[in-house]
Amino acid sequence: MDLAFSDDDLAFREEVRSFIAEKLPADIAESVRQGRPVDKPDIQRWQRILFNQGWAAPGWPVEYGGTGWDATRRYIFDEVMAEFDTPETVPFGLLMVGPLIYTFGTEAQKERFLPKILTGEEWWCQGYSEPGSGSDLASLQTKAVLDGDHYVVNGTKTWNSMAHLADWTFTLVRTSNEGKQQEGISFLLIDMETPGIDPQPIIAIDGAHHFNMTYYTDVRVPVENRIGEENKGWTYAKYLLGHERQSISEVGASKQRLRRLKQIAGEERSDGESLMDDKSFANKVADVEVKLTSHEYLNLRFLAEEAAGRPIGAEVSLLKIRGTEIRQELTELTIEALGYYAAPFEMEQLSDGWNEPSIGPDYAAAQMPQYLFSRAATIYGGSNEIQRNIIAKMVLGL
Amino acid sequence: MDFSLSEEQQLLKDSVQRFVRDEYELESRRKLVASDIGYSEDNWAKMAELGWLALPLPEEYGGIGGGAVETMVLMEEFGRGLVVEPYMSSIVIGGGFLMAGGSKEQKTELLPKLAAGEMKLAFAYAERQSRFDLNDVECKAEKNGDGYSLSGHKGVVFHAATADKIIVSARTSGGSRDADGITLFLIDNNSAGLSRRDYPTVDGLRASELEMDGVAGTPLGEVGGGAALMEEVVGQAIAAICAEAVGCMDVLQETTNEYLKTRVQFGVPLSKFQVLQHRMVDMFMECEQARSMCYMVNLKIGDEDATERAKAVSAAKVQIGNSGRYVGQQSVQLHGGMGMTDELHVGHYFKRLTMIDTMFGNKDHHLKRYADL
Repeated sequence: MDLAFSDDDLAFREEVRSFIAEKLPADIAESVRQGRPVDKPDIQRWQRILFNQGWAAPGWPVEYGGTGWDATRRYIFDEVMAEFDTPETVPFGLLMVGPLIYTFGTEAQKERFLPKILTGEEWWCQGYSEPGSGSDLASLQTKAVLDGDHYVVNGTKTWNSMAHLADWTFTLVRTSNEGKQQEGISFLLIDMETPGIDPQPIIAIDGAHHFNMTYYTDVRVPVENRIGEENKGWTYAKYLLGHERQSISEVGASKQRLRRLKQIAGEERSDGESLMDDKSFANKVADVEVKLTSHEYLNLRFLAEEAAGRPIGAEVSLLKIRGTEIRQELTELTIEALGYYAAPFEMEQLSDGWNEPSIGPDYAAAQMPQYLFSRAATIYGGSNEIQRNIIAKMVLGL
Repeated sequence: MDFSLSEEQQLLKDSVQRFVRDEYELESRRKLVASDIGYSEDNWAKMAELGWLALPLPEEYGGIGGGAVETMVLMEEFGRGLVVEPYMSSIVIGGGFLMAGGSKEQKTELLPKLAAGEMKLAFAYAERQSRFDLNDVECKAEKNGDGYSLSGHKGVVFHAATADKIIVSARTSGGSRDADGITLFLIDNNSAGLSRRDYPTVDGLRASELEMDGVAGTPLGEVGGGAALMEEVVGQAIAAICAEAVGCMDVLQETTNEYLKTRVQFGVPLSKFQVLQHRMVDMFMECEQARSMCYMVNLKIGDEDATERAKAVSAAKVQIGNSGRYVGQQSVQLHGGMGMTDELHVGHYFKRLTMIDTMFGNKDHHLKRYADL
């Protein structure tokens, strides 16, 4: 057991620090600092900067454009990214479909898709859930019927985050009704420009357009866009869920949120003092910080296991549960810190080019939307109830 | 001991229920929230006609002379409908101040107008630094001939834009957090020296930032004695908002229960999963505890012992904060993705419950206050 960094590691940390300090665009950092949404062109701008440095995909193998860093370096990199106000990685390309393609894809698929994921040029979205298939994902009904060298896809997908911004989607479709539900599912990559695809906005409780309902009507998808074998899609989807851990643990994002919470509570006043001097509030902040620390060390243990060649199984659900609960606690404490200034809800304040004075403190406007949207975190990616079922069954053998 | 409603109270409940059913379909509310003023003047006129605006006001000034329980009955149904008309600001709080602190002349002039729906009030108390302390007041009022001249900033003033007059807490003497030396003033909304920035709030209401620079104000109640007046009236407001919260929670509890029985996953309704059954039971328990505390505070709000009253108020607000949080969050969670949509009513109730916890001091504030009493 050892937590110490070698001199090389420490030098690496300084290298990452000075790189980010120099290259992170100030306007993007300011948006992140205030918790405002970072839009697609800004995320792409930052992604391009990381790509030019060779750091676009820390977790990918070197041969596909990854860094080849060991677990310690990846940890250091994430840590430094969180120290600064860097935007959260959009998971769909870099953390989800990318690894799936280099693990199960054909050479042609790797060549076609991986480079543009690395540069951020092509954006991806996920097409899993359907109106009737949420927690029970394997019951999905969107049909793909082989017609010559194409699949013809018909059905409806929902909760597709960023589908309106995406160039491609990775989708689970039904290719067989025989045997177990899980054994008739295939995994397709679909160009969002294909005729017959119609994403419609679903406005969320924060008033923003994150989700979409996507209708597929006779959408023709070349067979070569199938990942792996027909009817084996469930296997790939399960692999992918395990691989999401880097994004679902949210350690870095939670550290940023904790920092923002402390800053806000430091500026808010209560009984003539800073709110951080209020014992009961400070205790709650300390409590969530302790939870985050334990969560971080759990994440590190898993990283080390994996680096030692012992892949993590269903235990990864622990990270999803704790990571999302911590995120919700942090966003909730942040709106609590604001007192009455949690109430003003003028969405225009969050848009680019808003230059009127803010209502109340400048950090206030972004926080309520963050809290409201954080309620989705325990629902998406397999609800926390489902994650607990997985642990009960797969880890504890109950 | 009796917790049942009288025949008259039951009739009131039925009548408010009908109003909510007829006027407060989620779609109608959505239109009101998006409209210019954020609510319906027609609804307001209807409330006047039905006697609801007069309900808590004294009979001698055109009111009906109802008590806390009548207001509770009405607010609970308003909560069920997520009603956005400024009843709390104008009648419960505005009327409350006039009744508790108004001079004979002020009552005679203003209460009948309030009861008839010809005038609306708002209450400006919060400031940037004040958080939930009503006595943390930096706005200044200086004697100016016969009257007073008010200067300073007030934040998140609910329904200020549509109020004819605004009741403002300002300091006539003392240091910025002293209980002594606060005076309440009536100011006209179109006063010289008053600028307002209006905006929507997350729970579908409207609020404003007020900037006062030499605004003419008339004292409401004893000069320097505003703290006690605020404690009394805000206590009544808390008792009323607890009832609104109970209405919100009941709707969420009922809808979520129904949803679990109809939503099928893994070949069975979600209601068959024990872990979700227990969650529903916990939600139900929270609703029942909240309702109990709501009855308690509304029965004790007239207590002569100020400490007893204050304890009842803070205890109820803590319970409502905790219950509202649990019921709101779990309703979203159990509805899954649907709970996250603007389209479904669940999220709107969740947002209102979130703000109800904040209003007049959140659970932490009232827990501390209770412990200090």
